[in-house]
Amino acid sequence: MDTKLNKYSKQLIIFNSIFILFWLTISIFPFLWTLWGSFKVKADFFSRAEWTYALTGFNTLIETGATTTVKAYVESWFEGEFWRASLNTMIVTVSVVSISLFLGTLGAYALSRSTYKYTFYILIAALIFRAMPHITLVSGYLFPFFQLNIWGILPTTIIVLVAINQPFTLWLLYSFFKTVPKELDESALIDGCSYFQAFRYIIMPVMWPGVVTAGLFSMMLAYNDFTVTALLLNQQNYTMVPKINAFLGTIEHGGNYMWAVSSVVSATAPLFMIIWFFQRQLISGLTAGAVKG
Amino acid sequence: MPHKTFFWFILPTGLAMILFIGLPIVSSFFQSLHIETEQILMEVENCDPFGCKTNVRVDVEATEKLRQENPLGRFNGFGTYTDRNHLAFDEIGEAWNTSSSMIEFKDIVLNLPFYKALLFTLTFCFAVTPPVIILGFIVALSVNTLSKIIKGFIVFGTILPMIVTPLIGSLVLFWMIDSQGIIGASIQILFDDPNLSLKASSNLTWITLIIYGIWHNTPFAFVVFYAALQTVPQDPIEAAYIDGASRYQRVRYIVIPHLYPVATFIMLICLMDNFRVFEPIIGFSAEGVAQSLSWMIYQDLRNENKMLFGSAGATSMLTIIGIAFLLTPVLIRTWKEFRTER
Repeated sequence: MDTKLNKYSKQLIIFNSIFILFWLTISIFPFLWTLWGSFKVKADFFSRAEWTYALTGFNTLIETGATTTVKAYVESWFEGEFWRASLNTMIVTVSVVSISLFLGTLGAYALSRSTYKYTFYILIAALIFRAMPHITLVSGYLFPFFQLNIWGILPTTIIVLVAINQPFTLWLLYSFFKTVPKELDESALIDGCSYFQAFRYIIMPVMWPGVVTAGLFSMMLAYNDFTVTALLLNQQNYTMVPKINAFLGTIEHGGNYMWAVSSVVSATAPLFMIIWFFQRQLISGLTAGAVKG
Repeated sequence: MPHKTFFWFILPTGLAMILFIGLPIVSSFFQSLHIETEQILMEVENCDPFGCKTNVRVDVEATEKLRQENPLGRFNGFGTYTDRNHLAFDEIGEAWNTSSSMIEFKDIVLNLPFYKALLFTLTFCFAVTPPVIILGFIVALSVNTLSKIIKGFIVFGTILPMIVTPLIGSLVLFWMIDSQGIIGASIQILFDDPNLSLKASSNLTWITLIIYGIWHNTPFAFVVFYAALQTVPQDPIEAAYIDGASRYQRVRYIVIPHLYPVATFIMLICLMDNFRVFEPIIGFSAEGVAQSLSWMIYQDLRNENKMLFGSAGATSMLTIIGIAFLLTPVLIRTWKEFRTER
């Protein structure tokens, strides 16, 4: 029965393969193109005269003596101080992920185990907070932060990103904790554990898949953020995404378009590698978080 | 769980959310009621050999002192909300009285900054969402039929546009559609028009932004649909098969009804997320022809020397009201779901 059900006609298979190929081209090709082009000079990447120049590196050969060049990478990383931006991104991402997981697991555990009605209101409040556009929050931060003189530094941004990230982390971990049977920690409580001990020694060890998923989402938020980092950090402390935008602001005059192109590749490559590695957790997380919440 | 334990568990996350999400909204509202202090003018008598003249100039010292005392500016009530850059009541009233036809009135109103931005934001929201749902569903159906071995790679490839931040995603596309980039140049050859540029006309820019929006959002719809497809019960499908239903009929009458709630969920999330569109506008350098509400706030705050807190606050509040309209159905749905769970 099952085999017959899942047997597809030839036309369907052909149509399906074509469609998938078409879709993959749309979704992957822009990135491959940018990756390839980042090793060329600007005249090739934007080659109006002959688009194959971008593939063969015609002008790159003339300008640098080889068909590929890492000039844009070297210059943007050192002259453009992209190394500082990536260091900042690393600091921000690691701190945001660890702090928001710590806060999130505690909160979500309590929410999933309490039977009182206020848990519902807290979750609804979190849902409303999740919907707030980040830029409206930033417009509320700036004035107090200037007054308190904490604008422009990394710790402020980290705390802000952790907070912005909390609603989603809470919902996601909440739906994961719900799948862990209550009997597990109840028996620990009967054996004389405190709530915190039950959480730490009984629940956390079986929760790793959920924690990894929540961590991935926190990472993507912190790593990708533009709104908060661009407006709350000073130029010195810029992370990668606002830094790329800053490159773009100056290119018209500086004439170095390729700095931005190579930085885009430098910024995307690590992210893609991490996602490739943790792909399954990401999908499972979206399922748990999205379909339920 | 006892109240006390619950309190200590929830305290850190609750505090973070109240301090950095709840309070900023209040602070934004407070700011929106104020307006930057005006410059204090003073009369100075300038005497030179040809006589004395009184000039009016800015009293820098006094202005600075006033700014120090009142950093937020002076109280303005809801004045900022109704000024030309926001709801523009006066301008609309005038347009209503002076314009001879509805079309003229519409033109005037849609040229006011706030309504212009609102129009783009809404157009973007409602133009992007339906194709995203349809395309996401088709991709999910197609991927679902593939064998396990290649599925992993294809899922990874499919979700790439969603993983990158909108700014980077739009830049990557922007470089390709540049009149000297691969797609831009190909389009010029295709239409045999060397001056054709997607950046030149406002309609084409809007369409480009919308296509970008579909490209960026489809993976999300795909993932949710893909996950939901795994939960479709097999028995009714088998029964329909025995009864002689074709594959199309099985999808149309069993799978799609099963996925309806998921589709509404995707629609609401899409609408909500796209309502805050602003990074693509920067990535595509489309500020000239396409402004969104979020972009207006960004613009008010970008200038480090003179940030327009009042104006940004007012636009923020209006954006939040817009979000509230979109959010209500989600809230009702969650409410019902939670009720049935208990």
